[in-house]
Amino acid sequence: MSVLVLDRLSYSYPGAPGPALVDVSLEIGPGELVVLAGASGSGKSTLLRAACGLVPHFHGGVLAGRVQVAGMDTREHGPGSLAGAVGTLFQDPESQVVMGTARSELAFPRENRGDGPAAVARAVEEAAVALGIAHLLDRPTAELSGGELQRVALGAAVAGRPALLVLDEPTSQLDPVAGDELIGLLTRLNADCDTTILLAEHRLERCLGAADRVIALAGGRVALDAAPEEFLGWAARAAPSLQTPGARLLAGLGLPPVAGVKGARAALRARGLLPETGEAGAGGRPDRALSHPGRRRSRRFRDGADRPQPALAFERVWHEIRGGPAILRGVTLAIAPGEKVALMGRNGAGKSTLLRHGAGLLRPTRGTVRAAGRVALLLQNPTDYLVHERVAEEASALALAAVGLADAAGRHPRELSGGERQRLALAIVLDAGGAPAALVCLDEPTRGMGRADKDTLAELLRGLDTAVLVATHDPDFAAAVADRVILLADGAPIADAPAAEILSGGTYFATETARILGGAGRALRPEQGVAVIARASPEAVPA
Amino acid sequence: MIYRRRRSPLHAARAASACAYCLALACAALLVSGPAALSAVTLAIAGAGALAGVGPELRRAARLALPAALAIALINALVTRDGLTVIARLGDLPVLGHTDVTLEATVYGGVLGLRAAALVLCGALYTAAVDPDQVLRLFRRVSFHSALTATLATRMVPVLVRDSRRLAEAQRCRPGPPPSRLALMRAATAGVLDRALDVAAALEVRGYAAAHKPPRHRAPMSRHDIAFALSAAGVAALAVSARVAGLAPLHAYPSLRVPLGAVQWLSGAAMLACALLPFADRRGLER
Repeated sequence: MSVLVLDRLSYSYPGAPGPALVDVSLEIGPGELVVLAGASGSGKSTLLRAACGLVPHFHGGVLAGRVQVAGMDTREHGPGSLAGAVGTLFQDPESQVVMGTARSELAFPRENRGDGPAAVARAVEEAAVALGIAHLLDRPTAELSGGELQRVALGAAVAGRPALLVLDEPTSQLDPVAGDELIGLLTRLNADCDTTILLAEHRLERCLGAADRVIALAGGRVALDAAPEEFLGWAARAAPSLQTPGARLLAGLGLPPVAGVKGARAALRARGLLPETGEAGAGGRPDRALSHPGRRRSRRFRDGADRPQPALAFERVWHEIRGGPAILRGVTLAIAPGEKVALMGRNGAGKSTLLRHGAGLLRPTRGTVRAAGRVALLLQNPTDYLVHERVAEEASALALAAVGLADAAGRHPRELSGGERQRLALAIVLDAGGAPAALVCLDEPTRGMGRADKDTLAELLRGLDTAVLVATHDPDFAAAVADRVILLADGAPIADAPAAEILSGGTYFATETARILGGAGRALRPEQGVAVIARASPEAVPA
Repeated sequence: MIYRRRRSPLHAARAASACAYCLALACAALLVSGPAALSAVTLAIAGAGALAGVGPELRRAARLALPAALAIALINALVTRDGLTVIARLGDLPVLGHTDVTLEATVYGGVLGLRAAALVLCGALYTAAVDPDQVLRLFRRVSFHSALTATLATRMVPVLVRDSRRLAEAQRCRPGPPPSRLALMRAATAGVLDRALDVAAALEVRGYAAAHKPPRHRAPMSRHDIAFALSAAGVAALAVSARVAGLAPLHAYPSLRVPLGAVQWLSGAAMLACALLPFADRRGLER
């Protein structure tokens, strides 16, 4: 029997101008891991809400067709009675953990079902062990990191041993390590416990390797329901923004797409196209053709010759918490005018604190921060900047036009998509009425963003005359924006070099293209990777 | 201030015992009025906090409570016209009129302030040492939805504080004149409503709407459960008996009579010992 059946499902939110889902029919069998793909606003979240009963019972609106979860019709069963059959995980961990400790959070769904203490305790233990969160059980939820909270929320979703687990971009608020861990846990649950998983995710390269099927939505309709490789082939033709970097690399070489880094490497190796690391012309020394001009600029600046006044300079900056740790430890670095710099590092490395010091929101406990002018800072949540009723009231027409939002002037800011909100917030911080900023700092601007929105933002930032300092966990975004990358660890820079050098040299801080090619030629983006392979094997690349 | 499980006898006790213990200390602070007994109760609360490993939390609460206690003492001294022993003649003051500060009003104000401080500290001890989720379980058989609302309110306070800090920081980053207070209030309210909607959706999918009454559960009493239950009963009994027997009354007006004999000191010492004795046994602290 199918775990989830959608039969000609159409749905409109109350007061919405058009339907969010149109005539959607699909079936998901037991033990399948299905990825939902689609651009922002394509109907992924609505489909997941329909699967857990929130649509229509919680959100209202008009529903036509039928949804059955483990044999229960969602028109007759609300989310409360479906909770035993379907576990749900949303994007924001802060909003879905409701109890004071992790143990109570895991026990909550079973207690709601009226299970006895022994059954509840056993379910909590099993979920905690399965997800590796036994050490968190007695910790207060208010003290857990985002990744830990999301794992606890996942524990609460699986503690009731649901037949179906639906997840709405569960990694969007997490750093890549926590995100990869979560996807790893999901694949383990799927393999070990035969839990059916329906997962909506923007970073498809993370999960396609583990997926059995991909369902692509466009405009609320099912555009494709196929295996991952077939999906990647379709995306290349019909929805390029859904292509993974690995698939773009293979497509550039005229090869059929393969899901995952391992698969892509195997495909290249089978055709003798995978450059050996250290091979002349491929790896080892920097490739002049691909190096960024930022390298020369930052070197010249550091050497002191022909030194321009930096847009922002940190001199031995410390940030020490009274009775707590030192968040920044003697940071000395400078950003040249117009330079595009990415600040990377794991959670807690001090990236956000450094940006706050740059913008003057914090004062160093030791050291000095000097700026050549105003420093604009865009914090993690763009919605915090939006306080007016119309987009036009938030920023000038010129600033809106600069970020491509001139057409949205009459809309309410909260009606905008995540990517549009980010660009509107950027317009707000840059719009100082004729006083351009010396530097714009952005803190994790791509959280929860689809690839199309990321590309738009990267293009926008590259086009700015002002210097840019962007803290990001996303190596592909860093590669698209930055000339130079600074790696921060434990409050101090541990590497400061051109983007091509840092983003091709590791595994965690490396783009997918660099990981596939093993850093060969210091290629960061698919088209650079194609160029590297073309130089090594010209006959292998189609004209 | 949030609950964090620590290796202490009070944290190891079940919520019912720990609640009863904090309640008994609060009742004692309300029932006794003699300086010796009240000081003993305050000392017992502070000692319990220190022995439970929540001394810093109590110190933070004291930083709020002590100024409030001083304010209560000062206001009582200024506005009370009773008492025979004038210690300061302030003459005619605006609003207050002719003001003589008496020793009786000052001492009584001090006792009221100390009582208020003791109650605040007791609240802090409860918050830091009693597991709110276990308290929720205690009450879910009676009124599950009310108990969950209380727990959610506690859980959401730090989340909303973080939200408001973020909003304030974002507004500092806006160039030009700051937005109007109305616009900010609207944005903050919209943010809170968004958060509430998300939490409500999470509760729905965890089966809150279809919640059943849980079956009755009787877990065996641990040594700490018993010790704190007995201690709560002992503190309450001592406070009630002191009140009934008139052992520790403070007669402030018209002239001050402060009983500070051996009986009062013994009663205070007994209360202190009764409150702190359960902390002597440190076996079986880990869950």
